[in-house]
Amino acid sequence: MNAILRQTGHVRALAILVVTAVLSACSGGQTPPSGQASPALPGQGAPAAGGADQINGAGATFPYPIYSKWFSEYTKSHPDVRINYQSIGSGGGIRQLTAQTVFFGATDGPMTDEQLKSAPGPIVHLPTVLGAVVPVYNLPDVTGDLKFSGPLLADIYLGKVKKWNDPAIVKENAGVKLPASDIAVAHRSDGSGTTYIFVDYLSKVSPEFKQKVGVATSVNWPVGVGGKGNEGVAGVVKQTPGSIGYVELIYALQNNIAFGAVKNKAGAYLKASLESVTAAAAASAASMPADFRVSITDADGKDAYPISSYTWLLLYESPTDKAKGKKMVEFVRWAITDGEAYAKDLGYAALPDSVVKLEQDALGKIEVQ
Amino acid sequence: MTFLCALSVVVALIPLAFILFFVLHQGVPALNWAFFTEMPRPVGETGGGMANAIVGTGILIGLAALVAVPIGVTCGVYITEFKTSRLSPAVRFAADILNGVPSIVIGVFAYAIAVLPFRRFSALAGGVALGVMMIPIIVRTTEELLALVPSSLREGALALGATRARAVATVILPAALPGIVTGVLVALARVAGETAPLLFTAFNNRFFSTSLDQPIGSLTVQIFTYAISPYEDWHRQAWAGATVLIAAVLLFSLLARAVTRRLERMHHG
Amino acid sequence: MALSPTGRRRAGWADPLFRVGTGAVAVLVIAIVVGILAVLVNDSMLSVRKFGLSFWRTRVWDPVAGDFGALPFIWGTLYSSVLALLIAMPVALGIAIFLSELCPRWMRQPLAFLTELLAAIPSIVYGLWGIFVLAPAVRTLQVHTPDALRGTPFFSGPPLGVGMLAAALILAVMVIPFTATVAREILKAVPVSQREAAYALGATRWEAIRLAVHYGRIGILGAVMLGFGRALGETMAVTMVIGNNPQVALSLFAPQHTMAAVIANEFTEAADALYLNALVEIGLVLFLITVVINGLSRFLIWRMVRVRPARVVAPVKVPLAA
Repeated sequence: MNAILRQTGHVRALAILVVTAVLSACSGGQTPPSGQASPALPGQGAPAAGGADQINGAGATFPYPIYSKWFSEYTKSHPDVRINYQSIGSGGGIRQLTAQTVFFGATDGPMTDEQLKSAPGPIVHLPTVLGAVVPVYNLPDVTGDLKFSGPLLADIYLGKVKKWNDPAIVKENAGVKLPASDIAVAHRSDGSGTTYIFVDYLSKVSPEFKQKVGVATSVNWPVGVGGKGNEGVAGVVKQTPGSIGYVELIYALQNNIAFGAVKNKAGAYLKASLESVTAAAAASAASMPADFRVSITDADGKDAYPISSYTWLLLYESPTDKAKGKKMVEFVRWAITDGEAYAKDLGYAALPDSVVKLEQDALGKIEVQ
Repeated sequence: MTFLCALSVVVALIPLAFILFFVLHQGVPALNWAFFTEMPRPVGETGGGMANAIVGTGILIGLAALVAVPIGVTCGVYITEFKTSRLSPAVRFAADILNGVPSIVIGVFAYAIAVLPFRRFSALAGGVALGVMMIPIIVRTTEELLALVPSSLREGALALGATRARAVATVILPAALPGIVTGVLVALARVAGETAPLLFTAFNNRFFSTSLDQPIGSLTVQIFTYAISPYEDWHRQAWAGATVLIAAVLLFSLLARAVTRRLERMHHG
Repeated sequence: MALSPTGRRRAGWADPLFRVGTGAVAVLVIAIVVGILAVLVNDSMLSVRKFGLSFWRTRVWDPVAGDFGALPFIWGTLYSSVLALLIAMPVALGIAIFLSELCPRWMRQPLAFLTELLAAIPSIVYGLWGIFVLAPAVRTLQVHTPDALRGTPFFSGPPLGVGMLAAALILAVMVIPFTATVAREILKAVPVSQREAAYALGATRWEAIRLAVHYGRIGILGAVMLGFGRALGETMAVTMVIGNNPQVALSLFAPQHTMAAVIANEFTEAADALYLNALVEIGLVLFLITVVINGLSRFLIWRMVRVRPARVVAPVKVPLAA
């Protein structure tokens, strides 16, 4: 029996470990296990346990760089507001918000009428920044930027243009030596607002694309490799010579991936930039609809970058947790005023002033009292 | 033919060992104090660490053990003590099926029962998912070990007037305990490395959190998120995370082995 | 009947309570399995009703049009797993034979330990290695494929690195240690009497090994099928190297998709009910396939273990001492 007891030394050690882990977990959490939100505790200070103060959100990878910067900066000045955002794609943001497993969502493809109808309550779209989707490619031997037209991009993604030295590409890029290799096409494997923006544009410039593929956050791609998130597509393009993909501008800039110029409606070839994206928004700013759901791809104007878009935060008009709702509303107010200063460094364009004003009014309508 | 067999060892084990060394080679230089103590930094900033993810994995497997050990051991006890009942083969069959269910399907199941009804991703849901995966391993281990206990011990206890429950609790289980602990350790090592079921139960959390009803970070999900990104610094941290994970699995395996060896010596010595 | 220390007959509620109590927990385990099936069936009803049996043979996966079919995923899962097994089987068997028969005693423990450790490495680590080492290596291989082969349907397509070949290789790598360990256990279970009998009749070492393998062939088949079952359900490592493109393609270089990978990628974001139901239905298909395969393999192993030694001695032509 003593021998057996000696063996159980291991057991006791393990038991102590497990019990300690669980006890520390229970004591660490401030929220009572029933899940009811307890009244917010005054400024708890940084690495303390998570709890009722944490606001969970999910959605688009398109604005993830600026959002993660915002949430980090905002917590510095408001330590009692901790926003946990997971970039799982716009489709995910819409779905989890509708299922109410997260408090707010984020998307670059506005919710459709059916999606809004199937939500348990009215949802408000709140634009935050403007961004651009750029065609990235990996051609180590090509110097200088490639030029693409909308229909050409559509044909590449339809699988009709298969090689880099196809006459269609050569036509747009006179004087550039293009290799005879196959084009390795990359797209999103998850439900994505970036996809939405891209296919929205392609469907506007190519009736065949519109008919064969269509517009949504998740489409039936005729060709190509799927990467998860903007990060995934950027990763695929970076690792695969001869590939082409589409990502938000900042992902191309931060990873030093070459991206091309796109021909806009007025016929000018433009690379995405703060100026060209702002110009794209300016045209429609005056006629912004009340629910902020608008598409600005293929905009008019010779300075407008054709694959630009707003990106939105999604909130319930009357959230169940009023305290959290109030915190989010305050955050959004900060974001569209002070927060816009960070946008520039990360390659996002600030909202037009007229839009900011409309949004402040809309924020007032969210029921947080 | 000996040559072929030796060749297969060379062809297979050596490259597999190479994978192990490659991961360590990439990961060990990336380990630093910051990795173990800091939270992830926003996109674009280098540095930061996986402190929250490491703690998260610890909490998740602790929860899983809490769910799986009582259920698994009790179930194993039932199968052994009441071998002849009609329920026994059915339970054993069910445990075998459960063992083969792909982890992603367990994730879907846990999402349906532990996330949707409560409208939140949580560490508890993740613990439930991992616990369900651990149950069949523990059932099987318990069953095998209880069968190894000499029947003389059981008969002796019953002859002395103990109830069945008492006999099991005070005599039979303690005799089998080291082996059961081994089984638990092996099961813990297995679920510590799971990613798929956590994707939609525990979700992820960039803050340090220990509350059970909030999303929680985990080493595996964090490695996955970093691995598919384009940022070099995140890749570096992914390797470091993988190294920590392997170290944990190695630790559990060695511990399990040590316990088994002492058990063998005890029975044969 | 239990007696208390005073000799009185104790009320007999303790034992029945014990039985009921532990029995309830046992029923709980059964309930969990039934629950999984129930959740899968319930949450896929919309899709099952809309597509019926044609779901299993439709190639289209179109969330925009609301048209879903599981064929590309079933294809990808089976193709990658079968390929992985073809690669892994001889290697795993070779390792098992080496470890149980040929290995010098001093090497046995460390090698066995190494094999078990490799079986325990989490799949995310293999996936990490897959993205950064395997896929680029496969890509280099693709670039250097001779044009003659390029024309065949098995090797066509742009050199992406990620694709069916990378997925099959990583699955093989993951399945080998596990299958080798189980096969080794099977070989260890071959009664010593069998081998001694063979040697007594003058068999060479290799003939004795062949005999042992033949004796355990059913169990070894079971081990292989267990490995197959593992490969079918593997999620993370595969999704990181297979390319995530739902197409039915013969080419080893083409990016494809598997059932587990599509669920992992699209589950959190299927924004409408039909899409979600279609994904859960794929989970149901995966569940059913793995249950069948695992059930079959366990049955085979069980059969081998319970069969009496005398019955299965194969009529191996053992030559008299030469």
